[in-house]
Amino acid sequence: MDASVAMYVAQGIHGLAYGMVLFLVASGLTLIFGMMGVLNLAHASFFMLSAYFGYQMVAWTGSFWAALLVAPVITAVFGILLERFLLKKVHAFGHMGELILTVGVSLIVLDGVKAVWGTESLPLKMPPVLEGLVQIAGMQYPIYRLFIIAMALVLLGILSLVLFKTRLGMVVRAAVSDAEMVNALGINVPLVFMFVFGVGTWMAGVAGVAIAPILTVFPGLADQMGMDAFIVVVVGGFGSLGGAFLVSIIGGLISSYGVQFLSQYAAVLMFVFMAVALAIKPKGLFGERD
Amino acid sequence: MLLEVTNLNTYYGHSHALQDMSLTVAPGEVVALLGRNGMGKSTTLKSIMGLLKPRSGRVLFDDREITGLAPFKIAKAGIGYVPEERRIFPTLSVLDNLMMGVKGGKIDKSNPEAWTIEKIFEHFPFMKERTHQKGGHLSGGEQQMLTIGRTLMGNPKLLMVDEPTEGLSPIMVKEVRDVLRKISQSGIAILLVEHNLKVAMSVATRVYLMAKARLGFAGTVAELAANPEVRAKYLEV
Ligand SMILES: Nc1ncnc2c1ncn2[C@@H]1O[C@H](COP(=O)(O)OP(=O)(O)OP(=O)(O)O)[C@@H](O)[C@H]1O
Ligand SMILES: [Mg+2]
Repeated sequence: MDASVAMYVAQGIHGLAYGMVLFLVASGLTLIFGMMGVLNLAHASFFMLSAYFGYQMVAWTGSFWAALLVAPVITAVFGILLERFLLKKVHAFGHMGELILTVGVSLIVLDGVKAVWGTESLPLKMPPVLEGLVQIAGMQYPIYRLFIIAMALVLLGILSLVLFKTRLGMVVRAAVSDAEMVNALGINVPLVFMFVFGVGTWMAGVAGVAIAPILTVFPGLADQMGMDAFIVVVVGGFGSLGGAFLVSIIGGLISSYGVQFLSQYAAVLMFVFMAVALAIKPKGLFGERD
Repeated sequence: MLLEVTNLNTYYGHSHALQDMSLTVAPGEVVALLGRNGMGKSTTLKSIMGLLKPRSGRVLFDDREITGLAPFKIAKAGIGYVPEERRIFPTLSVLDNLMMGVKGGKIDKSNPEAWTIEKIFEHFPFMKERTHQKGGHLSGGEQQMLTIGRTLMGNPKLLMVDEPTEGLSPIMVKEVRDVLRKISQSGIAILLVEHNLKVAMSVATRVYLMAKARLGFAGTVAELAANPEVRAKYLEV
């Protein structure tokens, strides 16, 4: 096997894995925005918070699987509390109120994790079965990254089934285009909002635990992911799950190959991508709104 | 009375858009709410539906107070709302748009009076061939029919329709009028906001005319027909 081909493939797998994690975060962000018109600037903070919860679970139980199962659920409860008790209250003050509130929550989360866990990078060990490489068709692949890709694809599959094959999914899709009208048809939209907010933060939480063994857990974790997820939502089109998926994968590959070939520009590549995409399609690839 | 609105006051910020508005609709009755642009007709419907929160006044429906409840609760109480801008779900199929109107998601097969997809197709035959098309691909008139059909699927006792003939061709206007008549014949009460006086007078039995945020005139269609001064004062431009 040619060493350079092997390197391309390895970078590709890294990019796909990051793209999948990015999708898990961005899909919640885009659905919440599409339905409720709320740009939740604390979304990536929940992603980070879940990574810390995961770290703590592993410290207590020694089990990565327990962390992956429990931490995102606790994170989702925090997300639901934010929606029920804080976002509802500022709704009357319009988008500015919501933006300020969610920025405030992200600052509280940031200081909170620093106060509890300190500022160092904390390692979260991956389970031994997922360590190392696997040989497929003469090529070596990192098992853990394949696991992330597979898990995200399973979640994407379940999400698509719910969205496109169930009544609840139909209601969510209708609410993405006109939540008030759904309400006027006799559907308890506030309850649907709570559900979507919960599922959205849960997925961000899953992403947080999943990426922790690769990136470690540290207070800056939310920044990079928050920016990338925001770009995904803008370029994919606000409220579009399909757009979020496509752009997440492209974004993951761009950052991965960018580090390899254009390392000094890697940090700005995502922004260049956003600028080019928006110049061609100002409403995002699959967007209907501005 | 099926619907009894008493001294409703609604504001947009500081602007007092609805001032002591009162009206009633009896079971099965068709009532038209008329007036020039910007007089507060849509605001009245939205305030009844809970889409706007009235600052004072009462809305009774079926002898139950529903003032300012969440829209979904008001819809469940039995009021169907067909908004001015139609607001079908453009990314959903025609069938799914109709299913969105079904309360609780299950069509009530035990009740022979309940609306079913088949009954909707009898009223709106064009939908039958286009069940799987996206709502956004329908023409304006078809979208209007779809919003009416969607609301009927929820089996309302009262249908509030906001300017259903706006922007439609004369043929479509007639079709909408006939549909409203048929709905009325099936026993559903209608509160109709209309710009087209002919349509309003041919389906309604009573009318309310609005002047700048308040009630101007209330009477029967015959009284309005016999009263050119009232028409000149509240309707003609
Ligand atoms: N969202 C809003 N914010 C502020 N003012 C509004 C809003 N909607 C309506 N208005 C104002 O309230 C008044 C009543 O509006 P409304 O839409 O109820 O009128 P209408 O009788 O339905 O008119 P039309 O025949 O044009 O539909 C108008 O002066 C309008 O400009
Ligand atoms: Mg109006």
